Amino acid sequence: MEIPYTAQPRKDTGLYNAKVGIWLFLASEVMLFGGLFSAYILLRVGATPGTWVHGLLNIPIGTFNTAVLITSSVTVVLSWAALKVGNFGRYRFYQAITILCALGFLGIKSFEYREKFSHYEVWLNQPVTVTRGGQEVQTDRLLGHIEYQGHHPAFWSTKTLAEKQVESFKFTPDPIHYKMTPKEMAHARKTAAGRKAEEFEFKAADVKRLSAFVPGHSTYFALYFTLTALHALHVLGGAVVIFYIWGPGAKMWKTDPERYTNRVEVSGLFWHFVDLVWIFLFPVLYLL
Amino acid sequence: MQATSPKQSHAGHAEAHHEEPGFWSKYIFSTDHKIIGIQYGLTALTFLLFGFCLMLMMRWQIAHPGQPVPLVGPLLAKVLGGVAAGGVMSADLYNSFGAMHGTIMVFLAVVPLAFGAFGNYVVPLMIGAPDMAFPRVNMASYQAYVVGGIIMFVSFFIPGGAAQAGWTSYSPLATSIPTDGQTFWLVGMIFLITSSLLGAVNFIATIIQLRAPGMTWMRLPFFVWAQFVTGFLLLLAFPPLEAAGLMQLMDKVAGTSFFLPTGLAVGGQLADVSGGGSPLLWQHLFWFLGHPEVYVLILPAMGIVCEVISNNTRKQIWGYKSLVYSSLAIGFLSFIVWAHHMYLTGMGTKISTFFQTTTMIISIPSVIILTCFFISLWGGSIRFNTPMLFALAFLPMFGIGGLTGLPLGFSASDLHLHDTYYVIAHFHYVVAPGTIFALFAGIYYWFPKMTGRLMSEYWGRVHFWGSLIFMNVVFQPMFAQGMAGMIRRMADGGANYSLARVPDAIGGLSDTIMSLHTLILWGGIGLGLVQIPFIINVFWSIKHGRKVTSDNPWDATTLEWQTPTPPPHGNFAAEPTVHRGPYDYSLPGKAKDFTPQNEPDQGGKH
Repeated sequence: MEIPYTAQPRKDTGLYNAKVGIWLFLASEVMLFGGLFSAYILLRVGATPGTWVHGLLNIPIGTFNTAVLITSSVTVVLSWAALKVGNFGRYRFYQAITILCALGFLGIKSFEYREKFSHYEVWLNQPVTVTRGGQEVQTDRLLGHIEYQGHHPAFWSTKTLAEKQVESFKFTPDPIHYKMTPKEMAHARKTAAGRKAEEFEFKAADVKRLSAFVPGHSTYFALYFTLTALHALHVLGGAVVIFYIWGPGAKMWKTDPERYTNRVEVSGLFWHFVDLVWIFLFPVLYLL
Repeated sequence: MQATSPKQSHAGHAEAHHEEPGFWSKYIFSTDHKIIGIQYGLTALTFLLFGFCLMLMMRWQIAHPGQPVPLVGPLLAKVLGGVAAGGVMSADLYNSFGAMHGTIMVFLAVVPLAFGAFGNYVVPLMIGAPDMAFPRVNMASYQAYVVGGIIMFVSFFIPGGAAQAGWTSYSPLATSIPTDGQTFWLVGMIFLITSSLLGAVNFIATIIQLRAPGMTWMRLPFFVWAQFVTGFLLLLAFPPLEAAGLMQLMDKVAGTSFFLPTGLAVGGQLADVSGGGSPLLWQHLFWFLGHPEVYVLILPAMGIVCEVISNNTRKQIWGYKSLVYSSLAIGFLSFIVWAHHMYLTGMGTKISTFFQTTTMIISIPSVIILTCFFISLWGGSIRFNTPMLFALAFLPMFGIGGLTGLPLGFSASDLHLHDTYYVIAHFHYVVAPGTIFALFAGIYYWFPKMTGRLMSEYWGRVHFWGSLIFMNVVFQPMFAQGMAGMIRRMADGGANYSLARVPDAIGGLSDTIMSLHTLILWGGIGLGLVQIPFIINVFWSIKHGRKVTSDNPWDATTLEWQTPTPPPHGNFAAEPTVHRGPYDYSLPGKAKDFTPQNEPDQGGKH
């Protein structure tokens, strides 16, 4: 006996096997990301006021990336619809756009990541005076960029200062801090625009803690990197599968077109799910 | 062997064109659900034995703290080095063994045996399917399981040894132990979760899609229902643990603080972390899997017991519909009882009250299922063969395990019993003489289908009576110890603690309570010895057991017995058509006392 319903739907369920499989798999994926989102809610609600990081991500880039993913969702459907009516060429064209969008998304995401790795927060032993929103403020916590021996290093931490025996480094603070409300931050950004930023020279002994915007910086960045990295892995996995079906796996179109179309549909369902996760991630991590 | 089924299954079929597959593709990288089932079974039984041996060494340490472990002591010292210097189990090693005993027994032994082995082998046969819906996914599931198992096993031999924070791996303890055991544990778990996930998708899709014509939902054997619900539990409850595992892995390797609170001090020093995390979050996510997992352990066992009881009482199972609806109810409810493991975490009395209520509610369908089995015995002409003995013993043993869970489900009485030996006794009664007895029943019951030979009845009985007696010798005293206040996880079994007791105080760890450790040790040794006849019986019977004279040696009704023995690739000679429910035994007016599901009614086509 051969395994039935690999291409044709079963009468009483109206589904072929792989479609049942992918929906079940997506249900488990919902629970996986659900677990992480519930972690986000619990940690955010339980955070001490003023410690929750917000407003540090690049919203225009994030918006653009959202548009890239949504475009890919549209082309996935168009390619499947083209295949349904037997137009293999058009299917290939649209699915190529999908794959390019996936790569584009990952490229933009890694650019965002890189930007974060060389962006720092420093906790100081003694407060310093900085200008925020046109006012002088005393603070012991600054966000900004490090310059050391002409370089802008990435991934530094408190430990690095000791390991590299750094005596002092230049620090250019941002005009904002996440302790401020979104409104205050917007105002501070506006007033600082066009002005030359003040610069500090910090001794290693002044620094209580130093951290780039890496997962260990705070629970927010821990969540941001874990969630977006897991999502990026899904994007990569989906793109690999779609590419396989599009390229080497396309032989099946000649031998078993119905099953081939099913494969495209199933990979498309997964792709929509990956997009949907991003639709939740974007507001939760960038906007809220 | 092929007495009742024609042998033409292979010949005259498309597959006859294929070359006979070689050893590697036939037995190692097989996509056949029966081979995968047997692979799962043998691997899981090996882990079961390994997990048991870990515990035996721990029982020695508990009964004789600080004394070298006999027989294997020098080997431990040689292989594990400093943690077992002089063959004595150090507290660190005790913690490793404890954590890994739980992990191995739950994730590498009992679940793979109940779900991976029996589910794989039996479910497609029972529903009249040629294979699982996704054979290659099935193979990947087994391979992920093996990789996970290897990672867990290897972790014993890395510097610092295996994970030490218990099978529940509570943070921040799990994260702040400075060895790599926990990292191995987490990576291993991710493979095991992936394996379960692939298995669950496959099982559910198979049961939905590949039922033979006429195999309607209410004609499914209860075993298939049990596996169906189990599949959903694994599918939906495991991913949150995977999420938690990823987060703990981040805490461990990337220095995040998902589960590390602000101001955490390790070894008297402020930890160099951002803080802001929540230890409670880990417990919630862990037990969100952890409790459904209990039903993952017990539902397949109930399924096996149901098949064996119906077959050996030669009666319809009593209350088939109640069984089905109860198992579904258990499935739903098991998702909203998890925090009864957390009454003492300070999550609040209101939350405790909610989970206490749902916990009491979920005991109702469990009781219904057990009651159905008991009533099914009434008026049956029972055949007391080895599978039936194990199935019968399952009923009171699981009964004890279940009923002793009630005091743990009430938050008031749980205050006293939490984290004591009472808890150990409770869940071991559910899993050891409960689930594992049912799994033994399943092995004795389906062995003739897998090999074409019966296992020895005599040694089966020795195995059964020995196991029954020693299981109780091991676990019964723990109830007393727990109620006396003996805490779990003490490397010396509470010896230090009992020294400090006030002479006239009521309770406390008296000499009697402490001396029970010795009894339990000997019970454990006895339990190990009576497994020897079982192990020999399995391997000896493959070659030398009594040959079955028909494909259906137990005169059973379900479809797995209506195939050639052992079933060929593709299972059935022709697609079976199902005409009746699963347990048509002793129908009035029939010549035989069993009517297979694929036998048409009189006046039918034949």
